[in-house]
Amino acid sequence: MTFNPTNLARALEIVAQYPRPKSAILPLAHLAQDQDGWLTPEAMREIAELVDVTPAEVLGTCSFYTMFKRTPCGTYVVSVCTNVTCLVLGGPEILEHLEDRYADDPDVHVEEVECLAACGNAPSMQVNYEFHEHLNPDLAAAIVDDYKSGELTARGVSGGRQ
Amino acid sequence: MSDATTTPVGETRFVTARLRERPDDSWTIEGALASGAYNAFRQALTMDAESIGKEQVAASGLRGRGGAGFPTATKWSFLPPDLAPRYLVANGDEGEPSTFKDRMLVERDPHQLVEGIAIAAYSIGCHQAFVYLRGEFALGYERLMQAIKDAHARGFLGQNIQGSGFDLEIAVHRGAGAYICGEETALLESLEGERGMPRIRPPFPAIAGLYAKPTVINNVETLSTLPHIVTMGGAKYAELGVNKSTGTRIFSLSGHVKRPGNYEVELGITFRDLIFSPELGGGTPSGRPVKFFIPGGASSQWLTGSDEHLDAPLDMDFVQQTFGVMLGSGAVMVYDDTVNPVLVAWRLAKFFAHESCGKCTPCREGAGWIEKVLYRISHGQGRPGDLDLLFSVGNSISPGVLNAPFTQTTICPLGPSAVSGVASLHKYFRDEVVEMCRRGPRTIPVSAEVTR
Ligand SMILES: Cc1cc2nc3c(=O)[nH]c(=O)nc-3n(C[C@H](O)[C@H](O)[C@H](O)COP(=O)(O)O)c2cc1C
Ligand code: SF4
Repeated sequence: MTFNPTNLARALEIVAQYPRPKSAILPLAHLAQDQDGWLTPEAMREIAELVDVTPAEVLGTCSFYTMFKRTPCGTYVVSVCTNVTCLVLGGPEILEHLEDRYADDPDVHVEEVECLAACGNAPSMQVNYEFHEHLNPDLAAAIVDDYKSGELTARGVSGGRQ
Repeated sequence: MSDATTTPVGETRFVTARLRERPDDSWTIEGALASGAYNAFRQALTMDAESIGKEQVAASGLRGRGGAGFPTATKWSFLPPDLAPRYLVANGDEGEPSTFKDRMLVERDPHQLVEGIAIAAYSIGCHQAFVYLRGEFALGYERLMQAIKDAHARGFLGQNIQGSGFDLEIAVHRGAGAYICGEETALLESLEGERGMPRIRPPFPAIAGLYAKPTVINNVETLSTLPHIVTMGGAKYAELGVNKSTGTRIFSLSGHVKRPGNYEVELGITFRDLIFSPELGGGTPSGRPVKFFIPGGASSQWLTGSDEHLDAPLDMDFVQQTFGVMLGSGAVMVYDDTVNPVLVAWRLAKFFAHESCGKCTPCREGAGWIEKVLYRISHGQGRPGDLDLLFSVGNSISPGVLNAPFTQTTICPLGPSAVSGVASLHKYFRDEVVEMCRRGPRTIPVSAEVTR
């Protein structure tokens, strides 16, 4: 059993909203990842049961999508955009600064991502999928620190703060 | 190059009216109802369902805002009559670099989207709609889910809506970080729980889409426009805009402009208006000239800061026929003359190489190859033949790429999109690129070919 009782109830609701259960793989994977911090093999097995496919099919689908982390990663996923608007407005400098600063911090996973649809306020990043815009390297680091100290919290991808 | 200020051209707000007028509560049911939400849907429910598409939407000239600009009413008309169930999918995957309008519409006016979906579903006789929402949009998801719940509670969704006998449910499906899932058939695969790889067409989704059932896929902005078309009438809507580019569109303006952001403008104003008008972009912050801009999202070929390009109207067909570029997703990225165009082309190539789904060889291999060559040019290691090499790789993905309309050797248009930067360098910055390649080291250690 990997989904806790609340999330299991939620999972069943999600499966029920699709004409075919296999459609629920992505939302269930988001739910499991929100719960556990990454997408565990046990979770993929449970998802397979819930939607009536093999675990290999769940892995086959999930491995296509970059948001699903199939190895443990830090509590804080920091996604920095370096696409073509952020590129000329300071995105790469923010990425470099955060990568250096949190290189030895197992709680913080800094990643380079593609356009986040926040170009009007570039450069931008997300921390656990919460938007932060109009950044510079120091401000970005201060924001990550605020998450670490609990000052800022994220609502979670699958809906409803956990 | 000229950057003379223009007569102030401003916004024409329909789709963005509520979120501008009610910055504090536009996304709530109270805020939305207080500014007229669902009146258009109520009115639609009193009309003959089919006539909404066949008469109002057709007369409005509305064309898709997701990228291809296909006439919406025509798309709906491809549905085979009397075949049920049929599905409607709102495309909110918004991954096209520098496009940020759909995120705004979902976060700040989710009821307008729900209303648009309801109108479209009623018109095409669909009872189960989906919203495919980009996975990274956590706030948008929260607000959209709340909006759907509140719309249910007020009887705008569910069974026997407003006593009309019409039933509709909306389910929200989340992507998970794959740009290609914005392509409509990849989106359907993803919605079915598969890897997001495009399907070969035909059959088109209108015939065999989601679960092989007739399916209409429309962009979030396209659907959000429908309430306004119902309210003002299709013919009236068509008076806005220019030629076959009717109405207004939201342009996501970013890069080197004083006032980046989303602007809803009447189609037909010029790029110069959009970039320089004090009420819109306001010109470059540095006051330096615009060197080039990308007019329709990263997939489009580029335009330069020449008068000919800046004075071109925002008219989908005109820019396509005259310059071989597209208004695409409505994103305009502006670069002043401090920017190295090869660096921008490289970063775009990196994006497409990363996002290629891998199904077709020319795209999977070619995009990666283009990225590596552009990397070495933009990082001082270009070689004399590189531009021709790039062009030859590009030409095998997208034969005839310099002369629109070009063709494609791939299943979906992502392949040709990966060549847009190369084609633009070829057209406008040839001398600059050749010069950069000449300056590169003449003898490169063998390992430099593969390292990057
Ligand atoms: C690679 C690729 C990515 C796309 N991404 C999106 C997207 O994020 N959002 C969108 O609405 N359309 C996107 N499209 C266009 C869709 O395939 C489709 O044409 C559109 O959603 C139809 O809606 P419309 O007719 O209302 O524009 C993309 C197309 C391609 C080829
Ligand atoms: S063109 Fe590229 S993204 Fe499109 S189907 Fe082929 S490999 Fe996939």
